[in-house]
Amino acid sequence: MHSEHSSAVAHQFLDMEQQRESTLLGMWAFLVTEVLFFGGLFISYLVFRAWYPHAFVLGSHELNVTLGAINTAVLLGSSLTMALAVHAAQEGKAKKIVRFMGATLLLGLVFLGIKSFEYSHKFHENLFPGASFSFEGPDAPQVQIYFTLYFLMTGVHALHMIIGMAILLLMLFRARSGRYTAEYYAPVETFGLYWHFVDIVWIFLYPLLYLIHPQ
Amino acid sequence: MGQKEKSAHVVTSAKKEHDKHESEHHELGFVRKYIFSQDHKVIGIQYGITSLLFLLFGFSLMMIMRWQLAYPGQEFPWKWLADFMGQANMPGGIMLPEFYNQLGAMHGTIMVFLGVVPLAVGAFGNYVVPLQIGTIDMAFPKLNMTSYWVYFLGGVTMLVSFAMPGGAANSGWTSYAPLSVIATTGQTVWLIGMVFLITSSLLGSINFIVTIIQLRVKGLTFMRLPFFVWAQFVTSFLLLLAFPPLEAAGVLQLMDRLAGTSFFLPSGLVVSGQPLAVSGGGSPLLWQHLFWFLAHPEVYVLILPAMGIVAEIIANNTRKPLWGYKSLVYSAIFLGFMSFIVWAHHMFLTGMGTTISTFFQTTTMIISIPSVIILTALLLSLWGGSIRFTTPMLFALAFLPMFAIGGLTGLPLGLAPPDIHLHDTYYVIGHFHYVVAPGTIFALFAGIYFWYPKVTGRKMNELLGKIHFWTSLVFINGVFMPMFIQGLAGVSRRLYDGGAQYAHAQGVLQWNEFMSTSAWLLGLAQIPFVINFFWSIRKGKKVEANHWDATTLDWACTTSPPLAHGNFKVVPEVHRGPYDYSHQGAQSDFLPQNQPGEA
Repeated sequence: MHSEHSSAVAHQFLDMEQQRESTLLGMWAFLVTEVLFFGGLFISYLVFRAWYPHAFVLGSHELNVTLGAINTAVLLGSSLTMALAVHAAQEGKAKKIVRFMGATLLLGLVFLGIKSFEYSHKFHENLFPGASFSFEGPDAPQVQIYFTLYFLMTGVHALHMIIGMAILLLMLFRARSGRYTAEYYAPVETFGLYWHFVDIVWIFLYPLLYLIHPQ
Repeated sequence: MGQKEKSAHVVTSAKKEHDKHESEHHELGFVRKYIFSQDHKVIGIQYGITSLLFLLFGFSLMMIMRWQLAYPGQEFPWKWLADFMGQANMPGGIMLPEFYNQLGAMHGTIMVFLGVVPLAVGAFGNYVVPLQIGTIDMAFPKLNMTSYWVYFLGGVTMLVSFAMPGGAANSGWTSYAPLSVIATTGQTVWLIGMVFLITSSLLGSINFIVTIIQLRVKGLTFMRLPFFVWAQFVTSFLLLLAFPPLEAAGVLQLMDRLAGTSFFLPSGLVVSGQPLAVSGGGSPLLWQHLFWFLAHPEVYVLILPAMGIVAEIIANNTRKPLWGYKSLVYSAIFLGFMSFIVWAHHMFLTGMGTTISTFFQTTTMIISIPSVIILTALLLSLWGGSIRFTTPMLFALAFLPMFAIGGLTGLPLGLAPPDIHLHDTYYVIGHFHYVVAPGTIFALFAGIYFWYPKVTGRKMNELLGKIHFWTSLVFINGVFMPMFIQGLAGVSRRLYDGGAQYAHAQGVLQWNEFMSTSAWLLGLAQIPFVINFFWSIRKGKKVEANHWDATTLDWACTTSPPLAHGNFKVVPEVHRGPYDYSHQGAQSDFLPQNQPGEA
């Protein structure tokens, strides 16, 4: 029916190029939903920050700026290695793909490690919202709203990373067995978009949560 | 060099793998063929049957509520049904207010999220869109299967919520905070169910967008797409953009309920005379903004596919091209865009301020323009046609005045001054039910009668169809028309006794019994449809592949197209616009899109 119906092309597509474009378009559409999902959270952040600027400064001062900065660098580094993995995939170099994916995975682990260290610290200081939340001063309820947003937004972000790393691990094994070639690399490219998106979310979260200063 | 050889080797071994898959495809087991199917047609049918069942269920909840409204506080006549609903809800056969609230909230939720949208988008979209654009499947078949099963899971979750302590969600389908935050456990289950339904819709919309952009067959340019495909295309964008913020809001409400936060709980909240022990400082209005940012576009998700179905059927049964195809398309796009900036017209009475109200009533007046253009174009399409009054056409024709009533009664609600009087009255209920019940649901019935021969190879019975149509039309107006009267008298939409306690409602109370009787008769009027639906599968009149002499590609493929990507015997190529009826000098009165040449 179709002339160059290669193996990795699903039956509903004419050729590899159409399949690749469709996959990428699908990922972009998915990322649009993600932008709007985080958009809902950012709008809530905006509302409460405009209402309680002082409490947000107080809450922000409880965070460790240095650890946040390190994590930002780590995540940006992982985006670089991911981009290099995509490049290697386009050239069909299986070994290089594996290497760069491994590096990305490792940097992701470092990020989550630092994040969980930060989280446990906050737990000990009773800054996790809920029954055990305690904060000195009259702004305590508003500071709790700040910390709910902090845990929610960074938590959802971390969840995105965990899901991403699970997929990355799967793709790493597939790359090792030579699944991706110079003709068939769309999955790696598509996943790259997702990984960069998760990175970009953090680029917004870091200043909004960590770097609030009194005016 | 070695690299190249290796990749060539990979290709051949993968090819073998693929061939193996191919042969497996032709002998799929029952489960993979009919249950966990990846074929867009099977998934469409799954969506169709599930959503029809949910429509029936949601309608039944309302029929039970209507007993309480017509005869407040009287014993329910069917003891077995009252027993089935439980002593906790209907002690001695008398409905408790708490149960009434559950029925109301779940009626709305089920009709919108589990009934109409899955039928309009999941069923019709899945079955018809790939056929109309000439492809063998959706772009992502696995994703398609996943979205059906996630929807199914969401539906089951919603049903299970009735068994929770305190029953199902009871804060309305809008789940306004703070009421919803302090409500019983059913609300938590509702939120989880919504997360499933939202996820399902998002996956579906991604699939439709990619499929329509990427998989159109050769020659099928955007301006040659059937209007139904356009409607589904715009709808997908609405779902894609509107649902995620509600998902975020749902997560926030879940936090408020489970983690003790106060995103939507203001300070100093007093419940039943007791100050509520919460940290406070939250904003109930934030929930309303996030909710309506979804739920207003959702209104157009409900209506656009219906308009698409009606357009197909009107073109086919007037035997002439749609009047103003381009204006229809541009209006649909403009409608989709505008639907994102009108949401706060649901909130004029929240105290958000007159400046915002002014903005939103202006945008609301603007959005009425494309709706009127669409309706006018469909109406003018009838002009000078030799109309075939088939059952689908009757439903499509009834859609026009019914949707017009629904739309026009919305204008006073879109302006703040009259809305102050009409807000939260039965007038609002009448208005949006005219849009979705005799509007959208009639269009969906039209679609079922219209595409039934494509799916089954048989036609539904015309006589039963016409009985179904005329009785439904009469009774559905009997249900909703008096709501305008009651609403204008100021009767609130949320009264457990239908207004019996209120002095200002006394003059219009007699309508309650009339509306309830109409609703129950409307229920009976669906029996011919149910009989027809099942009877025709085996006994209906056998018809040809293109039974309606239609032009679009869905009628160019075989009847009841085989599963496992066999939609078309030959991949079609498109040579003309979607509605080339009564072409001057042509042999027949219709030229299919895939017919080459001038005539």
